[in-house]
Amino acid sequence: MSPSTSRRNGRWLGRALSRRRRHPMAAVAVLLVVLFACGSAYATLSPSSAPASTTTAAQTTQIEEGRQLFAIGCASCHGLNGEGQVREDGTVLGPSLVGVGAASVDFQVGTGRMPMAAPGAQAERKQPAYNEEQIAALAAYVDSFAPGPDIPDESMVNVDAEGVDVARGGVLFRTNCAQCHSATGQGGALTYGQHAPNLTGVEPKHIYEAMITGPQAMPVFNDELLGPEEKRDIIAYLKNVEDQPDPGGLGIGRAGPVSEGLWAWLVGIGGLIAFAAWVVTRSAAAKSGSWRSSS
Amino acid sequence: MTTTTTPPETAREAPPETRASDNAVVKGAGRVVDFVDQRITASNWLKRNIRKVFPDHWSFLLGEIALFSLILIILSGVFLTLWFKPSMAHITYEGAYIPLRGVGLSEAYASTLELSFEVRGGLLMRQVHHWATLVFIAAMSAHMLRIFFTGAFRKPRELNWLVGLSLLVLGITNGFTGYSLPDDLLSGTGLRIIEGGMLAIPVVGTYLSFFIFGGEYPGDDIISRLYPIHILLVPGLILALVALHLMLLWYQKHTQYPGAGKSDRNVVGYPFFPVYVAKAGGFQFIVWGFIFLMAATIQINPVWFWGPYDPSQVTAGTQPDWYVGFLDGALRVMPAWGIDILGHELALSVLIPAVILPGLILTPLALYPWIEQKVTGDTREHHVLDRPRNMPVRTGLGVGFIVFYILLWIAGGNDFFATILEIPVNWISRFLQFSIILGPPLAFWVTKRICLGLQRRDREKVLHGRESGIIVVSPDGEFSERHQPLEHGDAYALTAHDRIEPIEPGPATDASGVPNPAYKKERRRARLSRFYFGDVIQKPTREEMEQAHHNGHGELESGAHEEHPGDQVTTR
Amino acid sequence: MSTQDEDAKRLTGELEKTPADHPEQAGEVERQAPDGDPIPDPGLHDPGPRLTEIDTRAAKRAERQVAGMFTLASVFIVASIVAYVIFGIDGGEEGVDIGDVQVSNFALGITLGMAMLLIGVGAVQWARALMTSPEFAEKRKPLRSSDDVRESALASFDTGAAETGFGRRKMIRNSLLGALALLPLPAIVLLRDLGPTPGNAKEHTVWAEGVRLLTDVTFEPIRAADLEIGQLVNVMPATYEELPDHGPERINERAKSPVMLIRMLPEEINAAAGRENWHVDGIVAYSKICTHVGCPISLYERTTHHMLCPCHQSTFDLANNGEVIFGPATRALPQLPIAVDSEGFLVAQSDFTEPVGPSYWEREA
Repeated sequence: MSPSTSRRNGRWLGRALSRRRRHPMAAVAVLLVVLFACGSAYATLSPSSAPASTTTAAQTTQIEEGRQLFAIGCASCHGLNGEGQVREDGTVLGPSLVGVGAASVDFQVGTGRMPMAAPGAQAERKQPAYNEEQIAALAAYVDSFAPGPDIPDESMVNVDAEGVDVARGGVLFRTNCAQCHSATGQGGALTYGQHAPNLTGVEPKHIYEAMITGPQAMPVFNDELLGPEEKRDIIAYLKNVEDQPDPGGLGIGRAGPVSEGLWAWLVGIGGLIAFAAWVVTRSAAAKSGSWRSSS
Repeated sequence: MTTTTTPPETAREAPPETRASDNAVVKGAGRVVDFVDQRITASNWLKRNIRKVFPDHWSFLLGEIALFSLILIILSGVFLTLWFKPSMAHITYEGAYIPLRGVGLSEAYASTLELSFEVRGGLLMRQVHHWATLVFIAAMSAHMLRIFFTGAFRKPRELNWLVGLSLLVLGITNGFTGYSLPDDLLSGTGLRIIEGGMLAIPVVGTYLSFFIFGGEYPGDDIISRLYPIHILLVPGLILALVALHLMLLWYQKHTQYPGAGKSDRNVVGYPFFPVYVAKAGGFQFIVWGFIFLMAATIQINPVWFWGPYDPSQVTAGTQPDWYVGFLDGALRVMPAWGIDILGHELALSVLIPAVILPGLILTPLALYPWIEQKVTGDTREHHVLDRPRNMPVRTGLGVGFIVFYILLWIAGGNDFFATILEIPVNWISRFLQFSIILGPPLAFWVTKRICLGLQRRDREKVLHGRESGIIVVSPDGEFSERHQPLEHGDAYALTAHDRIEPIEPGPATDASGVPNPAYKKERRRARLSRFYFGDVIQKPTREEMEQAHHNGHGELESGAHEEHPGDQVTTR
Repeated sequence: MSTQDEDAKRLTGELEKTPADHPEQAGEVERQAPDGDPIPDPGLHDPGPRLTEIDTRAAKRAERQVAGMFTLASVFIVASIVAYVIFGIDGGEEGVDIGDVQVSNFALGITLGMAMLLIGVGAVQWARALMTSPEFAEKRKPLRSSDDVRESALASFDTGAAETGFGRRKMIRNSLLGALALLPLPAIVLLRDLGPTPGNAKEHTVWAEGVRLLTDVTFEPIRAADLEIGQLVNVMPATYEELPDHGPERINERAKSPVMLIRMLPEEINAAAGRENWHVDGIVAYSKICTHVGCPISLYERTTHHMLCPCHQSTFDLANNGEVIFGPATRALPQLPIAVDSEGFLVAQSDFTEPVGPSYWEREA
């Protein structure tokens, strides 16, 4: 199944890309990629800011550094001051970032979702384009537009802390999250090509940030109605499930009955038919046979 | 009843008739036979049956896979009942699985966790039970397809076809009840969907649901009610029908594929004792061992991940086991039809896939042996199987059905496939809505064409031999491929089937102009017959065989003649 | 005739050659074309002896193979018992270590599986290599009885039927048939107490005027200001907490009453006539139970306001009165009218104005 699946998948993607070659936005997309590449190169090559003597001075420098990074990597869609950009036809090129807070930046940039190569249905998790310091600078800059949710500190996402209740986290997860991300956190399909991503391997901090900021199609679960302790329990449950071995053997994607059915047919029936084909043979003959009676 | 057949008193003293052997085992067996024989005339039965012949072919073992996995299901199921508690009583979990400690759940779910995490071998038996079930129903389905495509359902085996179909339905039913017992999130969601299906039944639906669930859904009765159905009622019926299935098989003797020396009047193969005792007995252990190895290495239904059932919770990727998948798929792709009957609501979008569709599938399946008999008018006994290509329309219908079923099955996992293939689930549903209508006729047509092509190739092979790949240049510079004549037995196997011509209707009026009253019926049947047999490629006649031998190929064949003396296809 | 003789005769085809005793079958259709089979049946193919039948060394080798497999099976059986004893899974108060279960499951499954597989493979190999029975043909008897047997059977039935007078004594016959026809009725009647009649149970939930909306699991009341734009809260009625801990009421209410609370921009809401004041500042409440077959749904996309059911992909538009925009559901998602009470907490204005969950016959269309 899987090789042919990925091949088909690849073909589909290839077709989709080549179809969009002449799309009016294609040039913009290419331009963005180039700009982004230059920005990244600049960001990597430019000397990092020296530690300042006072905290406020440090903050100012950080915001200033963030502003420079933002102007190069983000402003083309989100506007120079994060006010967002809307195309003439009314579609949003990049939403306003006023008030989204540092948490949102840390999530979007820290999981590699931003910057996007081109505006699309859904940004995917990938290798982050910026290092931690740069992400902090960007977050500080965006947070300076208007206050928003902050990046949770270490203790809020420490799943080994005293009083963390994994079982309660499980109940909360199944009530609030499993409907989209599945009971094992494997993710799932939403409408018209949107999907809830797989949560395996996502940093606790980023899970927390996703809940408080509601990235993309995901709804918000703010701290007023789903408290920090509840969030920590949910993250602890997810990490527990992720780290758990599969006691029954191969996990086959922890995806439930569809993959089990495929295995039952391919391995179960397939393997047993292979045995059956051997059962009905005779062991090696000594010499070639003959017809018992010829007419 | 046995008094008349009991041997005279003196027979008791007579030594039991055994083969001349001093082997202690044989002597012991002889004593047992003697004991039983003097009470129920067992020797008579034994003499007739112990050397009963069964033919050998891998496809004949599909039914055995089903039988042996069924036995394993029963054995592992008995193990599970020793710990499982069929109760929906609400408790706070205090067991060994930490990520659920302190959570409120049912005793059924708690005991499933206990089986998985506190009983050594408990998880293994759960996995054996579940894998064996998936394999059981898959093997029954594959077995049934084999029966269908080879025409093994024809007279005299129509009854066994019905018994087999009933077994498949009962197997699916019991699989579903078992899926519901652990009371985890998936099993509860499955029951919820069943309840939704019940509610769609006009007039009695709501009452049915209230009676089955003991009030409003879900109540706290359903698991203790499903339990006796799952472990007693349905398994009892299955065992009774399996016994009937095997008795009919034993009595009617097994079918065989066409081939040299095989006819409708014999059965060619190995004797039950000792060959099949060893082979079938051995295969039973192979099936069991294989399923144990699957259970040791592949995880199935990890209920601890799904969590306990809570009617307000759901997980993405909610699917039934594979054998219910086609019904769930039908529910997914059904258009949103609903009608108003005198102020009552009739949810056709639920009623059609959940209630009407199973009937629409099962009725023609059950009646198929009689439908085909009606078309062919054939009332003879058949013990030699059809090669599927020789019945292009039947084979096409079968493949059309498979395509229909598989598309519904894909629909049942549309969100799963959407995630893997990264295609919008809405597109998959739309595509399936069309292809479920258009796919089966297309598959029918393609399959029929392929069958006709294969028939044509068979005919060529019989007439001119198989292509050897050796190119010969004649003295005139003409290139031709040398054809190797078929082995006599192979050629016979290709021509052992009946030559079926479509039926022609009688004249509409007889010679004196009186209309034939049965004409319309005859014409209808003729039309059906033409549909089935109008374009089959007939095997060559004897004249055509002779013709083929005189038209030059004979010389080429004579080259190969020396390699296979006596095996040359000859015509008389 | 002993079995051996029979086998021998079958081998030489002697039994085959005895004239067939198939009677002419009634209704048999002659389908064989007049020219018959173009190729005559060459008779059974004799594949010749196996190596093990003529070479004693090969036979000895096969014997050792089979015996070796059976012996190895014994080793695996003993190993499975050892595995059962040494791979414990009891984690005591600390709970189970899942890794232990994995090891135990694997060790037990592999040893038992291999033991059975080896017994099976050994037995089959024994038959394939060493059991000397050749393939032979057994004659089939026609399944149809001969005409005189059929006739005498029918005659016996006629005699019996005549002796009962079943046809003549119509009163006996009819009264018996009547009694038998009635007999299934008690079987149905006796099942009556399986459950209560539906009554109007499906038309109501425990939601009512002034019932507070509580967050599910944590059961805290909710202020309108607590919700941000794009927020989703899974909600249960405050009355749910008062239900008894045991018995079905609690779980039944969980199957009917769950609600999703969502906040969007008030101008995004396209409220139907009469529903204009069912939301509080863009906060809307919808039933969580799908109108198709009742799966709980809360797959909410804040950007599109789509609410997707994960079971059968019915999609509802929560900005537009919960209308169905895709999938098999035929009815919009019921909306719960909400308001704010004197203490500033969100409460229901009333119960749902229509039954929640799947369609059913008694429901007014």
